Amino acid sequence: MAETVVAPPYRVIPIVPELKPGAMKEVRSFVANEKIQTALGFPGQLVEDWQEKALARMGELLGKYRSLRVYMDACVHCGACSDKCHYFIGTQDPKNMPVARQDLMRSVYRRYFTLAGKYFPWLVGARDLTREVLDEWYTYFNQCSECRRCSVFCPYGIDTAEVTMAAREILDSVGYGQKYSNEIIGKVHSIGNNLGLPAPALIDTLQGLEEDVKEDTGVDVRFPIDVKGAEVLLITPSADFFAEPHIDSLIGYAKVFHAAGISWTLSSMASEAGNFGMFIGNYDQLRKIALRIREAALELGVKRIVVGECGHAWRVAYSFWNTLTGIGAGATDPFALQLQKQLDARYRQPTHICELTWDLIERDALRFDKEANDQYVVTFHDSCNVARGSRMGDFAGGQFEIPRNIIRAVANHYVEMADHTTREKTFCCGGGGGLLTDDLIDLRVKGALPRMEALQEVVDVHGVNFMATICAICKAQFSKVLPYYKFDRRLVGGVHQLVSNAIILGETH
Amino acid sequence: MTTASMVFALLFYLAALVFAGGLLVRIAGYARTPAPLRIPTTPAPTTIRGVVFRMAREVMLFESLFKANLWIWALGILFHFGLALVVLRHLRYFTEPVWFWVAAVQPFGIYGGMAMVLGLAGLWARRLLVERIRYISTPSDHLMLVLLLGIGLSGLAMQYVAHPDVIAVKRFFLGWLHFSIQPLPDSLLLYLHLSLVLVLMIVFPFSKLLHAPGVFFSPTRNQVDDSREVRHVSAWAARMDVERPHG
Repeated sequence: MAETVVAPPYRVIPIVPELKPGAMKEVRSFVANEKIQTALGFPGQLVEDWQEKALARMGELLGKYRSLRVYMDACVHCGACSDKCHYFIGTQDPKNMPVARQDLMRSVYRRYFTLAGKYFPWLVGARDLTREVLDEWYTYFNQCSECRRCSVFCPYGIDTAEVTMAAREILDSVGYGQKYSNEIIGKVHSIGNNLGLPAPALIDTLQGLEEDVKEDTGVDVRFPIDVKGAEVLLITPSADFFAEPHIDSLIGYAKVFHAAGISWTLSSMASEAGNFGMFIGNYDQLRKIALRIREAALELGVKRIVVGECGHAWRVAYSFWNTLTGIGAGATDPFALQLQKQLDARYRQPTHICELTWDLIERDALRFDKEANDQYVVTFHDSCNVARGSRMGDFAGGQFEIPRNIIRAVANHYVEMADHTTREKTFCCGGGGGLLTDDLIDLRVKGALPRMEALQEVVDVHGVNFMATICAICKAQFSKVLPYYKFDRRLVGGVHQLVSNAIILGETH
Repeated sequence: MTTASMVFALLFYLAALVFAGGLLVRIAGYARTPAPLRIPTTPAPTTIRGVVFRMAREVMLFESLFKANLWIWALGILFHFGLALVVLRHLRYFTEPVWFWVAAVQPFGIYGGMAMVLGLAGLWARRLLVERIRYISTPSDHLMLVLLLGIGLSGLAMQYVAHPDVIAVKRFFLGWLHFSIQPLPDSLLLYLHLSLVLVLMIVFPFSKLLHAPGVFFSPTRNQVDDSREVRHVSAWAARMDVERPHG
């Protein structure tokens, strides 16, 4: 399949593409098998009474999530979002317009949960929940990366990600789950991380890294794991342990800790920052996966929890951890206080690795040889979950400024991509939200179009040859799709990869 | 007293009940439904004050829509601001003496009516002519515009074509407010105008017009971005902390 996938041409004038109905209806992510499903407590295959069960689950979610309830009612079909989704721009399939994607569920909501849809379905576009509709849900709710770009532009803030999450949750509950996400969640529970890297292999990898860095720099930079009493527990995406270019950022974090003299540790129990529970909209899974980090923090007795370069993980950490696990501040209940008493209240909990590094830079605690990055003209790709679902520092927009500040502190040549493609208007890489799988490569290549257009522009005008980002999924996705657009796959890398290149380690402490 | 007066008076009581009751039920439903996770969309304010300002900009200036699409924004502003002026102008039918600020906006009300009709016509043209907006439109989307256009045009027609006895209309509505039914002037245009308004009132709580109360309950817009500093737990999630502290 991969051989037949080609990148769509750049748009000469970036106007709204014409519609190609059904263009992506055959692109379906693989369905989870019985083993994958049952491991998460979901039915192994589509249950007999799926319609009844799906509607019951939908009713339950409408009562549990105000977002879903309000968003089902509030849309006026104004079309503000209709040209904002990267998957629509890249595929031209009208069902990839955010409003049309929501309407896949809204039409069913109207039919079963509203007066108008019960009595005048044709009038309000209400539809019975047939097998065809359910299949359509599966197809198109697995073509949304939950990047929330549409939500920025909606006059009512309708967030398609909330609808997609609800749809996936309903599909899972009737035994119609997606293989990629659900298999990964299974691995987190059984092995400890998304990539299925067992503890001995992980320890081995880290030792190898220590040797590599020693050879490279002559300095004993440590990569500690399961060290009780360390000050910092680093929670990072497991891709950082062995994938390219991710690993270079892990080396960057280690060098920062080393140079600043901060004792830190990884955890073999919680060797994963990613939380695919969010992608499938399942609160139980979201919470269960997050609780591993709470357990690790309590067991290791750390004072601070720092999160590595991972977009959705940072959204979960920043926005949800306090709610789910008590990693944060301001709690009054015993459950959360147990951990919050242990954590050092002088620091933001959790802290993003960029916040930590930037704080150190501001305090002059790190020294850099910026010329080490002189071979690069750098640009920065804002990752959707960081940009639209979180913050850094204690000022609005910190999630945009802090990574850029770091880049400018460690590299001499930095340029921005076009305004309408950065900060809160950033385009998803095309592989987020549980879609980073080879069975969706066609979608991933096409979904990258708007970002590739913006990148091409700065490559042509400024000679950009390094696109920094702080997300494991962005890094993996771009490494894969850049060649389709005739770029070198090594054009993408981490912010801490640049930090790693430039940091001056000096004597060991 | 004519049959028409009686019928309209009763229908207006019914419509007012459906409108107010329906909206109350909806709003109570939104308010009662928990928002278990913090999901404000950037740029998210970090204080309640910030949220109030954000919501004010969203509701009065359509800030997000402005970022999204200037055409929809301009037509939307034209329609909504026009409608607001028209509604204010119509308050004179329900107040005696007319509040001074209602009297002050009287001369502008008619321009409001024109702006409203222009905006609606533009929005409908968009819905018909732009391929992707046509794709997402349902019959009710078109009919809603027809309904509002009908209200606006019949209203303007009473100003410019056939002027009903507005003093009598006012007497009717003042009486209606006090459950005393007064004669309504005999005017087909007026009957049409009032009938369409009745339909609008009854349809409101069951349609996409719920975007009006809905926006205030939208978690991406009404939440404070303070999840690291404050622990937010909904009731159903808090029970999990007690019952299953280890997952």
